Amino acid sequence: MPVPDYAEILADVEDLIRRFIKNPVTIEEDTELVNGLGLDSLLVMEVIQEVEDRFDIFFPLNTLAEIRTVKDFVLQIQREIGG
Amino acid sequence: MGLFDKLANIAAARQGLEAFGVDPFNVVIEEILSPTEARIGGQPVLLAGTNNYLGLTFDPGCMAAACQSINAEGTGTTGSRMANGTYAGHLKLEEELATFYDCRKGIVFSTGFLANLGMITALAGPGDAILIDADCHASIYDGCRMSGADIIRFRHNSAIDMEKKLKRLGARTENTLIIVEGIYSMLGDRAPLKDIVALKRQYGGMLMVDEAHSLGVLGEKGRGMAEDAKVEADVDFIVGTFSKSLGGIGGFCVGNHPGLDLIPYASRPYIFTASPSPATIASTRAALPLLRDGVALRKQVWENATSLYTRLQQMGFKLGPEISPVIAVRLGAREESLAFWQVMLNSGVYVNLVLPPAAPSNSCLLRCSLSAAHTPAQIEKIAEVFSTTRAQLAG
Repeated sequence: MPVPDYAEILADVEDLIRRFIKNPVTIEEDTELVNGLGLDSLLVMEVIQEVEDRFDIFFPLNTLAEIRTVKDFVLQIQREIGG
Repeated sequence: MGLFDKLANIAAARQGLEAFGVDPFNVVIEEILSPTEARIGGQPVLLAGTNNYLGLTFDPGCMAAACQSINAEGTGTTGSRMANGTYAGHLKLEEELATFYDCRKGIVFSTGFLANLGMITALAGPGDAILIDADCHASIYDGCRMSGADIIRFRHNSAIDMEKKLKRLGARTENTLIIVEGIYSMLGDRAPLKDIVALKRQYGGMLMVDEAHSLGVLGEKGRGMAEDAKVEADVDFIVGTFSKSLGGIGGFCVGNHPGLDLIPYASRPYIFTASPSPATIASTRAALPLLRDGVALRKQVWENATSLYTRLQQMGFKLGPEISPVIAVRLGAREESLAFWQVMLNSGVYVNLVLPPAAPSNSCLLRCSLSAAHTPAQIEKIAEVFSTTRAQLAG
């Protein structure tokens, strides 16, 4: 299976996040997951489970502290895919 | 930005509770009358949310042992286990726990929370992996964070998801600690321990089971879920607490691994806190044989649990997935749940209100925990108050 690039991961992550947020909002790369999208800690965990299944990776919870924006999230996924 | 700014969400939630006129998180028990009765807000209240599964908090033998110990040894140890805080009683309790579990080694911690912190942080570190059930207790999450290991969750009670994660870990399973609970504290459901043990055998890793809510409740001798599932030989570490079925406070770990001898030297939550008071150790030592031989108490707590679960189910309440001494009633929105909890308390029944994120799946719960000390009349009253509260709020 070809390794998805940044843009493909971003598009997948945007789709995935939309499934978890109640109100339609514009998702930009610099949108903050918690403050911008209103994802609470439980929803963040749900999103991570979905990301792990979608990309067949681990998303260790200890890396969460460094993730604030959608871009941070996508870059971390890219790192995990890259191994 | 000030230090307290990050607590703005909590401040807003607290303000909301004040506006609602209810604060379920600051209940004061003015007088405790028995394992199942108290006085709250000036009125008698039936306690149905205390985790006092065997009802041993007022056992005369345990109380006498604690009093005798205070008279002989004073009120506290004033020191850490590693310094002046290990008395003969602490060591005897460790030996008795090891004997009870038929294990080589027992370690006593100051609380169950610290037992999890102490074991996880001593066992796992940066570069290691910890695989946990998503519904594990906060003390397990905090221990994982403190350890610096990679924290990987699997979906609650899903052996399928756990296997997926173990497969991804590959050779890293050699340095992986798997953590599950016997009975989960919020929904009262049991871990599929046979499946989990089979996966551990297949893929590797070490397994720790937190028996906080299953000790005294499951297994012929009350050792918990691992005994009940007949998989104790495959569980590397059992962690538990004295603060539920044993009616005291404190925590422990038991196991056979020779490395356990190193834990007291490596575990900061063991080293840098005062040890349990002599009275706590004495009452726990007196309670342990009662728990071990408490077949009738176990039978009673399960009868009580079955009776309440069945009644609530017949009334149409949405409950946790299986009968257990922890019975979770799923409610709707936060305001409805707060009102439900308040009306129940005003009607003389105390249960735990659990709001997200403490409650799984973003739901609000009224959590009951049953005791062997509950009488049939008390079980009836709990069920009746659930019913009348629902009717009152609907009207």
